[in-house]
Formats: sequence, C-alpha cells, structure tokens
Amino acid sequence: MTQTTLKGGPTSARRQLMDLAFQGLALLVLCIALVALGALIADIWSDGASRLSWNFLTGFPSRRAEDAGVWHALTGSVFVILVTGLLAVPIGVAAAIYLEEYGGRSFAARIIEMNITNLAAVPSIIYGLLGLGLFVRALGMGRSVLAGASTLALLVLPVVILSTREALRAVPPSIREGSYALGATKWQTVWYQVLPVAFPGILTGTILALSRAIGETAPLITIGALTFVAFAPDSIWSPFTVLPIQIFNWVSRPQRDFQVNAAAGILVLLALLLTMNAAAIWLRDRYQKKLA
Amino acid sequence: MSNPTTRVPSLAGVAARAGQPAVDQPPKIEADRLNFFYGDSRALQDISVRIQPNVVTAFIGPSGCGKSTFLRTLNRMNDIIPGTRVDGRVLIDGTDVYGAGIDVVALRQRVGMVFQKSNPFPKSIFENVAYGLRINGLAGSRSDLEGRVEQSLQHAALWDEVKDRLHDSALAMSGGQQQRLCIARALAVQPDILLMDEPASALDPIATQRIEELIYSLKNTYTIVIVTHNMQQAARVSDYTAFFWLGRLVEYDRTDKIFTNPGEKLTEDYVTGRFG
Repeated sequence: MTQTTLKGGPTSARRQLMDLAFQGLALLVLCIALVALGALIADIWSDGASRLSWNFLTGFPSRRAEDAGVWHALTGSVFVILVTGLLAVPIGVAAAIYLEEYGGRSFAARIIEMNITNLAAVPSIIYGLLGLGLFVRALGMGRSVLAGASTLALLVLPVVILSTREALRAVPPSIREGSYALGATKWQTVWYQVLPVAFPGILTGTILALSRAIGETAPLITIGALTFVAFAPDSIWSPFTVLPIQIFNWVSRPQRDFQVNAAAGILVLLALLLTMNAAAIWLRDRYQKKLA
Repeated sequence: MSNPTTRVPSLAGVAARAGQPAVDQPPKIEADRLNFFYGDSRALQDISVRIQPNVVTAFIGPSGCGKSTFLRTLNRMNDIIPGTRVDGRVLIDGTDVYGAGIDVVALRQRVGMVFQKSNPFPKSIFENVAYGLRINGLAGSRSDLEGRVEQSLQHAALWDEVKDRLHDSALAMSGGQQQRLCIARALAVQPDILLMDEPASALDPIATQRIEELIYSLKNTYTIVIVTHNMQQAARVSDYTAFFWLGRLVEYDRTDKIFTNPGEKLTEDYVTGRFG
C-alpha cells in the first residue's frame, strides 16, 4: 500500500517538472512574438522618428521628402474609417440580431451563416474588385470616399456579424426569460435587455474589424484610390487617399529620404490604430462599470 | 372530492388519481389532458388539474418529474425553447392559452413568473421594476411611474431596504433581495397569477423565510403557483399541493391532506422521504 505524503513522491516531482517546463515553453513562445514585434517597432522608430513633426502631420505630399506630410492621408484614413463604421456597424449588428434572435435554425439562416463564415476568409483584393465593379462603376460613386468606405464596409461586415453574434450568444438566457416573463415582445427584449448587455462585446468586435480595415491597402488601390493627392477630402464624394497607400507610395520610391517618410507614416498609422483601440477599451470599461 | 371528473391513467401498480379539490367557484387555471414534448420525449402525460383563484398551490415531486415544465406551460414560457410541442389545453379564466388568436405577450403580462435563479436585469433597482411598466405602457407620467415602482417594491417587502438606493445596480443586492426584486418586477405589471419556480432554492433560511412570508401576504391578491423541492416549504406556504412523478400528476389535494393522509402510496412514500 502506498502512502501519500505531503512531501510528494517521485511521480509528483516529475509532474511538477512537466508543469514548469510547459510554463517555460509558453513564456518562450510569448517572448518570441513580443521580441519580433518590438524589433519591428524599434526599427521603424529609429528610421522614422526623426521625421515626425507637426509639419509632417499637417503637410501635404511634396516632391521633396523633407517637405512632405501625411495630412491628406491621415484625414482620408479617418474619414474613410468613420464612414466604413457608419455603414458596416448598423448593417452588421442588424444582420447578427436577425440571425441570432429571429432566424432560428431554418435552412435559409444556416445557408446565410455558412456564407458569412466563408466571406470572412475571402482575400481583400476580391472585395476591391467587387467595389470597383459595383460602387465605382455600376452605382456611379466614382473613386470617392464613399466608394472606398463601402468597399471596406463589405470587407469587415462578416467580421462584425460574427463577433456580434458571439456577443449576443453570451447574454445569459435568464435575462431573456426575465424580460419575456414580463410580457415583453421579442424586439423589446432585444432592444432593452439583450443589446445593452452585449454592447461591450459588440464594440470589441467592431473595433477589431475597423482596425483591420484601416490597414487595408489592396482593395482601395483596386478601386482606384489616388496615390497622389494634394488635398484633404472634404465630402464623401471627394477623391482620397489613405495612410497605407501613402506609405506604399513612399516605400516604392528609390530615394532614401522617402523611406524615412514611409517609416514616419507607419508610426502615424500605428498611433491612429492605438488611439482607436484605446478609445474602444475605455468606452467598454466605462459601460461595463455602469452595468455592474 | 366532489368533482372527480378527470382521471390519470394508472401507473405501474398504482391506481393513481388526480383528486380534484372541492369547487365552489370557477377555476382560475385549468389544464385539460395536457401533454408536453421535448422533441420525441414526453415530459408531461395527460395532466388535468383545476387551480382555484387566490390560493397558493404547490407543485412537488423529484427532479425531472415535470413540475417546472408544467408551470412553464401556464404562461407559455416553453414556447421559447426550440423543438417543443404541446398537446391539450390550458385554460386561464376559461380561455385556452394555446388557442387561436392568443397574444402570448398579453398572457405573460397576466401570468407573471419568478425564476429559480434570481435574474435581475443588469440595471438599477428602479429600472428593473420600471421596465415592465414601460414596455406594457402602464405608467402615464414620470410621477405615475415612480409611484408604481414604489408600490411594487412595497408589495414585495423590499421598499424600506432599497428606497435610498433606487438608482444603484440591482446586481449589488443580496441574493434574497434580488429575488424579492424579481417578485416586485413581476407584480409591477399587475398580473393576476404569479408562477414561482423554486423561488427560494438558492437562498439561505432567513431569506427563504422572507419569501415565504411574502407569498403568504400576496395570496389574497394573486393566484400563486409555486414549484418547490422543499416539502416543508410546500407544507408551510400552500393551500393545495400537487404531486408529480415521471411526468404524471399523481395526486392533487388540500396540502394538509397530502402531507397527513395522502390518497396514494406513492405520494406517501415521497412526502415521508422514502425516495426522491
């Protein structure tokens, strides 16, 4: 008969060793990822930080690298992403509500669901081609902010729908039951009880989707966003460019000075991205505090 | 047993019969050969029962006997579970709630429900009660709304504890208070029937006692049906008791009779703790 002691036997030592080993392995993998990311950022920073200035932020493209700025592309990116959000979020959330709360398990709902999952994996350049054919040409939007935002909205729609469905599914059934038991209709239950609880999750998914959209280059080049504009967009019908396209433009030039501009442009794009994410996290936390 | 109109088919070796208590007024709730199916499995078998107005009726029986399922057929809460089917009739004040032209939303306003696990909305105490009033259009003005919220909280014996923190989150309250809030919320929309699905099973003895006192004080105004696992509780709070076993209604009679002199051997075995 084996006696279990509090000091543990040989098997116990081996198990604890395994435990430590896996902990170490996980830490190592994490470090590799973080070091790679850190190295990239440090490299970009050392290349581009010297060019960052107020003039760079508020300047327009120029033949001389040291005079060039990103104002047109920065405003273009912000404008496009705002319109993308305004288009994709209401449609995506509404579609998710339909699929999750109303669609049930009908054959049609399952077909739609399968297609959305597949659409989320379609390469972005395909959306660019669709945008070119549909928005730029067929609907006559031209190479405008609206055409670009519509294309990006299509691109992120599956992600918004999928993440919203996840958030809706995470709402405890007891909340729905409580609402129905008071004589609430389905819509009242969804609007007053389910959506507020799901809101932080929807926000997180939306921001991830928009973060993806803000870095997209291929679909916007496909629909013909300009690679050289000397003005900030002033309406949804304006031609525009965005930061990734401007960065791409600079990177592809032979002069060393423009490489510096590209690095600085990347830093601006990163800052924009981090600001968006931070705003989303702040909003989410504020909202969760209100619920608790 | 003046009105033994319905019979439940015999159980193995038991001549089970659903006794019908004396009737001096039309029943508030009546089930007529009600069957309920989850997919292919039959959870309720030919349940027939008449429940009188303004009394407390307890449903007892072991887990999985169908008492909660039956309770949820009374306000059609089972409708929201996919793959379920009902056969038979449930009459509330003589109207078949599964009949044509029934507005489920209106039914649920009249037949309120309190759940096993308290489920306050993640909003303020005030908003929890005001929600039902708003969606049903019961409050005319802001002051009317506030008055009704206060009245409901008072009916649920919660007002004195929460009157100074109406706009705090309901989730910050204790379990017993949350459950009484759920009762207040149900009372606010002016139901005449209150269904309670093991309302005290997650509460400590003191909180349970408060819920039981509340049930006692509410029965003059409401017809109350309570599902409970706790037989002492059934004996304490109810006027009538129905014993369910394997989806059948074995016996239904005055609570004192069920607990002191049951008509069925199976009921006796259950209430004396021989099984279940």
